Amino acid sequence: MNLTDQLTQYILSGLSTGAIYALIGLGFAIIYNSTGIINFAQGEFVMFGGMLGVYFFHKQGLALPIAFLLAVVVTALCGVIFERFAIRPLRRPTPMNMVIITIGGSIFLRGVAMIAWGKDTHVLPTFSGDEPISFAGATLLPQHLWIFAITILLIIGTKLFFSHTISGKAMSACAVNRRAAGLVGIDVRRMIMFSFILSSAIGAMAGIIIAPLTMTSYDVGVMLGLKGFCAAIIGGMSSGLPTVIGGLLLGVLESLGAGFSSGYKDAVAFVILLLILFFRPQGLFSRGSSERV
Amino acid sequence: MGKFKVFLVCVGFILTAAVAQAAAPIKIGALFAVSGPAAFLGEPEKNTLEMLVKEINAKGGIKGALIEVVIYDTGGDATKAVQLANRLIKDDKVVAIVGPSTTGETMAVKPVTEKEKIPLISCAAGIKITEPVNPWTFKTPANDQIAGEKILNHAGKLGQKKLALLTVSDGFGSSGREQLKVLAAKKGFTIVADETFGPKDTDMTAQLTKIRGAGADAIICWGTNPWPAVVTRNVKQLGITTPLYMSHGVASKKYIELSGVEAAEGVMLPAGKLAVFDKLKVTDPQAKLLAEYDAAYRKTFGVESSTFGGYAYDGLLLIADAIKKNGATPEQIRNGIEQSSNLVGISGVFNMSATDHNGLDLTAFEMVKIVKGDWALAQ
Repeated sequence: MNLTDQLTQYILSGLSTGAIYALIGLGFAIIYNSTGIINFAQGEFVMFGGMLGVYFFHKQGLALPIAFLLAVVVTALCGVIFERFAIRPLRRPTPMNMVIITIGGSIFLRGVAMIAWGKDTHVLPTFSGDEPISFAGATLLPQHLWIFAITILLIIGTKLFFSHTISGKAMSACAVNRRAAGLVGIDVRRMIMFSFILSSAIGAMAGIIIAPLTMTSYDVGVMLGLKGFCAAIIGGMSSGLPTVIGGLLLGVLESLGAGFSSGYKDAVAFVILLLILFFRPQGLFSRGSSERV
Repeated sequence: MGKFKVFLVCVGFILTAAVAQAAAPIKIGALFAVSGPAAFLGEPEKNTLEMLVKEINAKGGIKGALIEVVIYDTGGDATKAVQLANRLIKDDKVVAIVGPSTTGETMAVKPVTEKEKIPLISCAAGIKITEPVNPWTFKTPANDQIAGEKILNHAGKLGQKKLALLTVSDGFGSSGREQLKVLAAKKGFTIVADETFGPKDTDMTAQLTKIRGAGADAIICWGTNPWPAVVTRNVKQLGITTPLYMSHGVASKKYIELSGVEAAEGVMLPAGKLAVFDKLKVTDPQAKLLAEYDAAYRKTFGVESSTFGGYAYDGLLLIADAIKKNGATPEQIRNGIEQSSNLVGISGVFNMSATDHNGLDLTAFEMVKIVKGDWALAQ
């Protein structure tokens, strides 16, 4: 096997993990943009999606598409409850309060999952078979195609939502200036709740589509959450294409890093994170000062 | 009134009888990682110990004395394990301790029990625990080295010369990696690829792609569930046909379930005999005990037994055997354990000595191959 084939494999593997990071990163960005909160429980929503998928599929014996839908709906519900009881009660939240609350929330959600479903690792069947597909000297699983397809659909969906629906525009308005948005009659609180629904649902979907490949257990959320956060930082916390590119970039760099020296795979992600936080805190793609001050 | 007096007298008798029987229970401590990342070890260990104690006590205890176990959950945290070990020794006044579940915790607890002169029978496999030997520290799982040697012997028999290593970068993986490298050099193998992966990684295709390019005769993956299952799936995905060896760390049905029956087909690994107890020869000294343990565990907890539970079983077995032989002070128990010979346990047949505080050899493992989602003895 020659070097180009190896390279194609690294890049393909990287893109497929990167797509997941992108989805998780989107969840971070959506909440950040409507509330200014970095929701460190985002990884737990991903875990909840996967675990609920396993629960509905294996324990309740439902068909995979139904289990998928139910898992997303229930996770979104958890997002609502989380917002209602952990985020909203704070009168004058400082960023520090919020970070601590979301971290606390993530530990709580992890604990709930551990008690409810135990500590075992679980796996979902792939959506359409396990037969590897050859592509330019590299191989992919059908599940990877599902991941790409669902990621692309979700990205287009959120894009359309933010630029073509009233609710989406209202949420964007909250992102630009909460006070002004409130003054023109937008129900800011509802928009915040909406952003939690949206991001927990996206997180849940990410959790379910990767469960057949990477398996899931009560504690997968931590690492996935961090990687997603990293993707969102690279993308400058934008809830659109930059975050997606950030995720893909991260995935590919990680995979290349692992290919050249496997010990440094995670280091790659975190070194990038640190470098970007130091030198381009506004993200790789944004043009300097943004309108939020 | 008369009747009432008789009743009181009866109650009195019962109470004194109960007190008399409970007068001198033998208190044994246990430290297991029942929660946290190593819970897959701690849970079956705790279950097994409770089950075994109940069984021993139902049979009247050891030489008439009942056993009482105090089990604490360390959460897999070394600092907590040390605190709890102190509590077991100072407050609960135990005469011996079974556990902890992991090598890291054991290394932290070891100095404490050695200073207090309390026998510690660890359920962790790290070779550092009993090498160099300390008079007060024992362990029941076989050395990882034995499992590695078993794999290399097998590979040698099949004429595989060039090996690729893929190890997880935690304590288990890195010590396995070191030992495999030493053993491979000693036995004349060449290592053509030496890759690692992080304990939370979800995709190992990058490492495997590199391994595929290295032209190995066999791949040895060293890690504990669940990550080796991802490796197995990735091997299938990449269409790699090189024989794949796993460590004994995945020797449970969970591994096959997580990898998928198809991907796991043909994977070979050294397994504790418990995994294949129903396929052993009848002449195997452990066959009967393994079958009984598995049946009892299934009946009590509704799931199949695991090798890890066996570690705790052997820990208490060694202690009980020592008490039977010598007596129940920490000193007597220590001496008794060191004298154990031909003691048939779950992990193997123990032959302890002053220079060997593990007491197991190559016979503790069986090379198995996964065929149609089940274990089969490998040829």
